[in-house]
Amino acid sequence: MIPAGAIAASYLVAAVLFILSLGGLSTQKTARRGNFYGIVGMLLAVGATTLLITGKATGFDSLLGDDATRNAFAGAIGVGALIGGVMAARVGMTSMPELVAILHSFVGLAAVLVGISTYLAPAIPVSEGGEFVHNIEIYLDVFIGAITFTGSILAFLKLRGSVSGKPLTLPGRHFLNLLMVSACVYLSIDFVTAEGHTAVESLLWMTLIACVIGFHMVAAIGGADMPVVVSMLNSYSGWAAAAAGFMLKNDLLIVTGALVGSSGAILSYIMCRAMNRSFVSVILGGFGTDGGGGGPAVTREQGEVQTFEAADAVDALKEASDIVIVPGYGMAVAQAQHSLSQVVDFLKEKGKTVRFAIHPVAGRLPGHMNVLLAEANVDYNIVLEMDEINDDLPKADLVLVIGANDIVNPDALEDPSSPIAGMPVLEVWKSETVVVMKRSMGTGYAGVQNPLFFKENTRMLFGDAKVVVDQLLTGLRS
Amino acid sequence: MKIGVVKEAWPDECRVAASPKNVQRLIKQGFAVLVESGAGVNASFTDQAYVDAGATITETRSAWADVDIVIKVRAPMEREDLNLHEADLLKEGATLISFIWPGQEKDLVEKLSERKATVLAMDCIPRISRAQKMDALSSMANIAGYRAVLEAANEFGSFFTGQMTAAGKVPPAKVMVVGAGVAGLAAIGAARGLGAIVKAFDTRPAVEEQVQSMGAEFLTVEIEEDGTGSGGYAKEMSQAFIDAEHALFEEIASDIDIIVTTALIPGRPAPLLITEQAVKNMKQGSVIVDLAAERGGNTAGAVADKVIESHGVKIVGYTDLPSRMANVSSDLYGNNICHLLDDMGKAADYRVDEEDEVVRGALVLREGEMKWPAPVKKLAEEIKKTESDSQEVPVIAGEKKSEEKDSGPWVMLLIGAALIAVGWTGSESPEPSFLQQITVFVLSCFIGYQVVWNVSASLHTPLMSVTNAISGIIIVGGMLQLGGPLNQPATILGVVAVLFATINIVGGFLVTQRMLKMFQG
Repeated sequence: MIPAGAIAASYLVAAVLFILSLGGLSTQKTARRGNFYGIVGMLLAVGATTLLITGKATGFDSLLGDDATRNAFAGAIGVGALIGGVMAARVGMTSMPELVAILHSFVGLAAVLVGISTYLAPAIPVSEGGEFVHNIEIYLDVFIGAITFTGSILAFLKLRGSVSGKPLTLPGRHFLNLLMVSACVYLSIDFVTAEGHTAVESLLWMTLIACVIGFHMVAAIGGADMPVVVSMLNSYSGWAAAAAGFMLKNDLLIVTGALVGSSGAILSYIMCRAMNRSFVSVILGGFGTDGGGGGPAVTREQGEVQTFEAADAVDALKEASDIVIVPGYGMAVAQAQHSLSQVVDFLKEKGKTVRFAIHPVAGRLPGHMNVLLAEANVDYNIVLEMDEINDDLPKADLVLVIGANDIVNPDALEDPSSPIAGMPVLEVWKSETVVVMKRSMGTGYAGVQNPLFFKENTRMLFGDAKVVVDQLLTGLRS
Repeated sequence: MKIGVVKEAWPDECRVAASPKNVQRLIKQGFAVLVESGAGVNASFTDQAYVDAGATITETRSAWADVDIVIKVRAPMEREDLNLHEADLLKEGATLISFIWPGQEKDLVEKLSERKATVLAMDCIPRISRAQKMDALSSMANIAGYRAVLEAANEFGSFFTGQMTAAGKVPPAKVMVVGAGVAGLAAIGAARGLGAIVKAFDTRPAVEEQVQSMGAEFLTVEIEEDGTGSGGYAKEMSQAFIDAEHALFEEIASDIDIIVTTALIPGRPAPLLITEQAVKNMKQGSVIVDLAAERGGNTAGAVADKVIESHGVKIVGYTDLPSRMANVSSDLYGNNICHLLDDMGKAADYRVDEEDEVVRGALVLREGEMKWPAPVKKLAEEIKKTESDSQEVPVIAGEKKSEEKDSGPWVMLLIGAALIAVGWTGSESPEPSFLQQITVFVLSCFIGYQVVWNVSASLHTPLMSVTNAISGIIIVGGMLQLGGPLNQPATILGVVAVLFATINIVGGFLVTQRMLKMFQG
């Protein structure tokens, strides 16, 4: 028999380990240790809970219903671990955003299930008179969980490209959301005041409506705002776990949920700041279709575009000694990072300075570009953040922009009427020469024209990023 | 649209407003170009070269009067050979683009106004990053700084670079540049290029890095005072600071062979920096080049346009340094003008757009109507640091940060109010543990906030997958719900929750592990 205090202490240690886990991620050196702490914390928490429910702890009888339940539990753990393991092993680094999104949806779903289950048969006896607060907790848990669930699923589909990244802007959509939230509030009155556990119907109706809210909310948000959406859902999944903690009187769940929730909230904030948008405007959605695009930026005469062939770019690379590479989503889509890494190695061997400049919202996930470059074995010491490298850009001989658009748009700084005005950007145009690799002259997600392409020191190199980078590599080697 | 390139009337002015290369560009922009015969001859551009570039050669009056836009370098002046003012040569209602100095030249502006002229002053182009390519003051200052060093070398009786020869050893020259603006930095570069040891002084601490990047030593006085003024220029300093400057220069003067001074404060006479005592302290045969001589000089005794000798030190006060390199300065000035015309819509869409901040800044007269000075700009942020004259950005960054912090107290107050409200209801509720849970929750939020802010941006993706895995802790909730037999809905829901949470935990941790391994490789 294990004293009950040991279980509680395990939870405390697990919570501390989770905090250390997030702390470990502050530098690359300690990051793996951080992940290790997380794993140990989780094993501890699950192990302690298993002891608890199997009746190994003093003062607790077995909480498992019967043998069939125990087998089902073991089966669920086994199958879940298998599925999770396979997913994690198979996923390509370019599809990280999808994986993250779908995992969020699982947390949301689990929160909904646990919430409903708790309502049907509370595991922890509810004290006399505590029904009211308990019901509110259940209601909130299910509400947040349901929004996270469907929102993440749609985010997953959008990131996969199964659903168009265009924002869905129904007429009166804000009113619609308001209506649905009001309905949930209305149902809550019936739910929390119901005697005993009879208001299951209200709870299920609310679940359904919350699912629609989650879906509709993400539908209204455009593809470029995906980093914000994913981190926001990350945050929600944390809050859902915290709400479950309140519901089950479990401090470990509360602590962990709060950690994850605040982490996601901070990431959302960082992403919003990097795009110079307010969180509210992102959530309200519709970016790229209204509000922007009407300024003179679009209609203005832009002048001539000067193009480059791959061979010209090779010559430019050979001549330059200080080279900065700005990757964007286009590089991820074309999977060009491996060839690019070889190009970088070649250039570095020739004694040139080569660095990467990463904009905070490049890609579809916070830090997405860093992961891709790490996958391609690019030394993280030459991968710099925007603030670290912006001052050096005027000194660069050559800037290679690969599949990025809005994050290098000078209008953000120069044209106050531009929809992206005020967004911090990589000031690549200040360098000697800029070579922009792009599939076409199309606009980026923000839907605004990019005057960078018309600058005198800019050369456009059209084509698929992977194909072009391969051409550069062959050109350099010959 | 026709553009007239006229010959400069100012004696000894060798520049011309457009080189043949610029003319080619103007023609490409859709303009027709008339060039006054002999306009470029002092800058080594023959009439034939202009013809080859596509221009038409014509005589004085035609170049002024038969065109829509006259471009020139110096402000219009009295023509003694023709016995009239150049302003009167201008066609009524035509446009003039040149240096004007509207602040000082009130009479000239008056005269041009009578001609109903539209006047754009190259000296009034605002100093914002977009307008850098049109900024003639910078392009000319760059040339002046370079030339100042060459003039100094010309007057100086020794090598710049140190030499070790069979005949003996010569130490390198020591050069001090006062004022590290565009001209100062160019002077530093030129002097370094010749092999001298260079020190540079400036009142603006922000330029220290630029000075050092040019390979010079940065000099300061031991008084904390920031001389950064508006528009990238310096401002006037306090008396104590000036005294300290004087003392510094007097002290090190004995060790310096060549001084180049470039200190100018907008709208003020040049500040006196090199006192007579400092000049006296210098070695015989030393040279001072005073780029501020036109405005009274930074050096005691400097005379505009002359080389004088004072206490055995030669003080060069030339004011026509860009003109002494007329070939390149004409070309660069012409480029500035081409960029301006490009900005104004080229020939096809040419218009004087007052919404355009650059055009508005340069506009002195519009069809005779006074437009100068331009109203103060709305967008202070647009004044941006540039490579050649960067002083602004640190200030802007600072402002931004303080804005962010401003929202702090309100958020804290709101959170506080919410907590008290919760406590209120919590105490009414018969659940004493509820308040305790809230405490745990809020403290955890704060810990999360502190910890996550430290996460490096490059690790944001692993952060998300780790938090993802951790939020699988909801599995504990699922496990606690396994209390009933398997045929009860509550139990089934619990099992399914466990299943999904497990996927999350295992998937999240493993994928994080995979990513982090790559970061280490």
